[in-house]
Parts: sequence; structure tokens; C-alpha cells
Amino acid sequence: METVIELKNIYKTYVMGSEDLTVLKGVDVTIHMNEYVAIMGPSGSGKSTLMNIIGCLDTPTSGDYILRGQNVSEMDDQELAEVRNKDIGFVFQTFNLLARIDALRNVELPLVYSGMGKEERLEKAENALINVGLEDRMTHKPNELSGGQRQRVAIARALVNNPAIILADEPTGNLDTRTGEEIMALFETLHENGNTIILVTHEEDIAKHAHRIIKIRDGEIESDMINPSKVKKTAVPVE
Amino acid sequence: MNFFLELKESFVIAISAITANKLRSVLAALGIIIGITAVTIMQTAIEGINRAFNKSIEAVGADVLYVQKFEWFGKEDWNVYKNRKDINMGNFTFVERNIQSATALCPSVGSMKTLKYGDLVLENVRTIGTTADYQATLGINMSEGRFMTQRESDGGYPVAMIGADVKKAFFENVNPIGKAIKIGSYNFRVIGVIEKQGSLLGMSFDSQVIIPIELFFKLYGTKRSISINIKAADLNNLDETKEEVIALMKKTRKISYGGRDDFGVNQQEAFKSTYESLTGLIKIIGTMITMLALIVGSIGIANIMFVTVKERTKEIGIRKAIGAKRRNILMQFLIESVTICLLGGVIGLLISLPISFIIDAFILPTAIPLWIVFLAIFISVFFGVLSGFFPAWTAAKMDPVDALRYE
Ligand SMILES: Nc1ncnc2c1ncn2[C@@H]1O[C@H](COP(=O)(O)OP(=O)(O)OP(=O)(O)O)[C@@H](O)[C@H]1O
Ligand SMILES: [Mg+2]
Repeated sequence: METVIELKNIYKTYVMGSEDLTVLKGVDVTIHMNEYVAIMGPSGSGKSTLMNIIGCLDTPTSGDYILRGQNVSEMDDQELAEVRNKDIGFVFQTFNLLARIDALRNVELPLVYSGMGKEERLEKAENALINVGLEDRMTHKPNELSGGQRQRVAIARALVNNPAIILADEPTGNLDTRTGEEIMALFETLHENGNTIILVTHEEDIAKHAHRIIKIRDGEIESDMINPSKVKKTAVPVE
Repeated sequence: MNFFLELKESFVIAISAITANKLRSVLAALGIIIGITAVTIMQTAIEGINRAFNKSIEAVGADVLYVQKFEWFGKEDWNVYKNRKDINMGNFTFVERNIQSATALCPSVGSMKTLKYGDLVLENVRTIGTTADYQATLGINMSEGRFMTQRESDGGYPVAMIGADVKKAFFENVNPIGKAIKIGSYNFRVIGVIEKQGSLLGMSFDSQVIIPIELFFKLYGTKRSISINIKAADLNNLDETKEEVIALMKKTRKISYGGRDDFGVNQQEAFKSTYESLTGLIKIIGTMITMLALIVGSIGIANIMFVTVKERTKEIGIRKAIGAKRRNILMQFLIESVTICLLGGVIGLLISLPISFIIDAFILPTAIPLWIVFLAIFISVFFGVLSGFFPAWTAAKMDPVDALRYE
């Protein structure tokens, strides 16, 4: 199967005054097309840091990141922005919607930055919102929506440009169990549609939706294995 | 991303950001508002004075030399001029007989008189005694009636040509031709009205009346200095004419070749340079006020933009996370600051236009040419870019992760 993400010996070090804080200590991960991966680990273990690097929001201190055959470390700011815009859809724990504009405009935004014309943009944004079940909330501003609905808007925004990879950093962290399950069902559908999904979570219940679970501790990979409950459905080889 | 599409999107974002902070945006634009108001009022005033000046200077004539006891805007003590020997008709006759490089010339003499028509009284009207050649020398046009003839001027007929102000005061809705007016205590018949010449700094050129010089001397006395008005044959050789006039004047007034002139040869130029130093002063003061206001305003806008960028760090992070490039963010905040400045510019224009109408009605003539509007818009855009650039640049180069983490 085609490799989409390849992390080789990734280090991330923060300079804190006189001390250096190394958060990622030589992470090696390879993720293939249409995998559904959950990253787990205790708080402060470096999960978000890793996700930000995968999402091209952050750059590693050392190591190589090959995204769909391209070396991300060699990309300039403009190319990174394009990757974030077209190849990756990011879903955050705190939704990160723009407060002043309504759901439709929020979802439309990535298309604005890819230079699409107004009509096409609105049509795509509407479709994305319909797909997450928010056809009757398009003109609501974020503060006029429930937490679950906000996260749906954020997912619609992540999907609107048809990225191959969906990254979600604790997407259910701010939601109750039932709403969280609804969101997870959405990811399930995305996966069935052929997307590659990487998701960070604390909760075993959430992680069990994934087909592969990577555990991190203190910036190092502790374990990387196939989810036994899903193994019958799809056999994903892990080297 | 298409540049114009981007411009439009940035503008939409800017408008929504500005309307979300209306009061703050207007306060931020205050300096620009004052700056644009100052520059517009200054320019309308200068433009207005220019137009009024150019219109009234025509009355003086660019190609006319005025030989007088006094020098216009002369540098010497007034007494020096006053004690000079009067210029008399003998001098005029000598110049008239000998001059080569002039097409027309005439003597004139003036004094302030009170005019009466029936019960109506007009005080301090410039009363000029001259000959029929005055019309050709100064290029006078009549709006009604005619100028006096050679016969009328030589014979000292009691005829008068009135200025537009006199006509307005006495003959608002009446045909003035043939009417009898009193100049001082003597009767005259109105035969013409001189075309309106305008005013400058509150001094009207139309408050005048012209009568034959012979009669002037007879009625008001001969003991006064005249002005010899000479229209040069060629404006481009004005200096040649001037030299000839000086030589002739020296001869008739018996001044030796190297002796000091006891007369002045005046020309429009003298007015112009004085006038230019006046508008120059307005320009310097106006420009200083404008620059000061714009610089302070620009600092104000930069300050507000830094605050805006700081406040919206999270928004910048989100935009970057979903694919905004540095250029997009830079553009967004630049357009926002330009829009605030443009808003200030438009408000400044809206404030200054009625003010310049008021100034026009009560103080100075003003005129509002279209280019002032463009100048105001240009200045606004310029200062918008200038004050927005550094804040926008700090926004553009923010790190996406740091920006997203900002609370
Ligand atoms: N900008 C930064 N400067 C310094 N240290 C940082 C910075 N960002 C993260 N860290 C540190 O890196 C470590 C890993 O942080 P990270 O956010 O990746 O943890 P996490 O695994 O996502 O935790 P959680 O489950 O609580 O979200 C933490 O100890 C944190 O203090
Ligand atoms: Mg985290």
C-alpha cells in the first residue's frame, strides 16, 4: 500500500532559557494510505507536538518528514501553507472556528485561500456542512452552536478541500460521551470513503475505533500495534 | 491566488473587523481625519486665492508698465517716495512723443471720492481721471455702454464709466446708461459699465469710476502726481520697453545719466512676487500642520494595528492552519489599515468641504478642484500602507503553532 507519511528519527527540542527540553526523542512512524491510526499517551508525552509536525504547523528540530514522497523539511513557508490548505485537514480539540463569521463562512475559508471563485466555494462549503448534518445551521455563528455542532463545523472545514489526510487532536476532548460517539461515527464514514485518519486521544473508548494504536511515553514510541477488535475487518501490515 | 480576488476578500474581512470595532477605528483614524481636513482646506484656500488673484491681476496687465512716484512694495522709507517731485502731464507728453516700443499709453490720476445717486451714497470709491487711451492701454472691456471718446476726454466732458460694484449699489435693476450721478459735489452722466474684475484679500477692483483727466484736474485740482501707463509693444521685450521708459523719464526730469531715478517703473511682477510669498506662507504653515497631523495619525493607526494583530493572534493561527500564506495575512492587515485611513480620508473630506464653503463665504475665496479629492485619497492610502506595514508584517511572520496556542 502507498505510504503517505514517513517520520524518520524525529526530534523536537524547546529551548527554555538555559535548559533544553526535548519533547520528541527520535520518533519513527510510517503511515499508509487509508489507515486509521490513534495516538495515545499520558499528558505531556508529546502527542500534540507530533501531530503539529505531521500537520505541517510545526517543524522538527531534526529528522526527516516525508509527506507523499516530498520532504517537508525542505519546504518553504509558502509550500507548507499549500500543504496545510490542500493535503491536510486539521481538527482541533478547541474547534478553532473564527467567532465573527457564520458556519458557512468558516467552512468556506480554506477554499478562499486556495483561490476558488465565490460560487464554487459556497457550493462546496454547503455540501460539506450537509455531509456533517448541519444543513439547518449554516448561518449560525460559532457561539450560536453546541459543542458537538461546532466540532462538526470544524470537521466540515477540514474536509472541504478534499484532503487525503485528516488529523484530529483530541476531537472529542471537549464533548460528552454521546456527542463524542457521533463525531467518531463521522470519522468512521470518512475512513470508509478512503481518507487517512490520525487521531490523538486519551480515551480507550475513542481509540478502539482506530485500526492501529500508537502509544507514546516521554517523547518515544512505547508501542505500535493493530487494534485487535478491528483486525478482522482490515488487515493492515505494520513492519 | 488571484490578486484581485484576494484584494476583495481582504477588503471584506477588513470591513467586518472595522465594523466590529467602530468607535476604536474612528478614534484611530482621528489623526488622519485632521490631516486630510487640514490639507484639503489649505489646498482649497490656495486654489481659491490663486484663481481670484489670476482674475484680478489681469486688471493690472502683464505687459503694462506704470511709471509712478511710488514703487509697489518698494523697500525704501515711504517719505523718500513722498518727497519726490510729482510726475506731471509734461513728463507724460514727452514720453508719449518719443517712445518707440509701446502700442498705447495714457496718463491717469486717482483719488477716493464719495458717489451719490439720488438718495444712495457710496463712499471711498476709487475715482480715476484718464484719457480715451486708457481702454487700449489696460485692455478694459465694457459690460454695458461704452468707454469715453477722444473728444470727450480732450474736451473734459462730464461723463463717467462706473465699476461693477458701483452699478450694483446704484443700479441693481435699472439701466445705468444716461443716469446722472454725483462724484464729490459734481454731476456726471454714466455712459458705461466696466466689466467685473474681482477682488483680492477683501480689496475690490470694481469699486471704481473713470472720468476724463482734464475734468478731474479742473474739478479736484492739478496739484497731484500722475501715473504714466504704458502698454509694451511686445510682452517678451518688456525689459527693453522698461529701459526706454527709464531713459525718457530721466531726460524729461533732467536727471544725469548716472543719477538716481526719482520715479518707479512698476509692473505686475511686483504683485506676483508679493502674492507668491503670501501663498507660500500659507503653504508652509498648512503643510506643517498636515504633516504633523498625518505623522501623529500614522503612529496612532500603527499602534491600533499592533493591538489588533495581538488580539487576533489566535485568528491568525487558525487562518494559517487552514492554508493562509504569509502574503494573505500581510494583505489582510494592510488592507485593514488602508481601509481605516481611507475612512479617515473620506471623513476628513466630508468635514473640510463645508468648512471651505464657509471660508469662501466669509474670509477668503476657496475653490475645490477634483484633484484635491484624489490627493486626499492618495495620502490616505499612502499612510495606510505606511502605518499598517509593520503590524501586518509581524502578523504575517507569526509561527502557526505559537499563534494557535495564544490565549
Ligand atoms: N512552545 C513550547 N515551549 C516549551 N515547551 C513546550 C512547548 N510546547 C509544548 N511544550 C512541552 O512539550 C511537552 C509535550 O507537549 P504536548 O502538547 O505535545 O503534550 P500532549 O502529549 O499533547 O499532552 P496533552 O495530552 O496534555 O495534550 C510538554 O511537556 C510541554 O510542556
Ligand atoms: Mg495535546
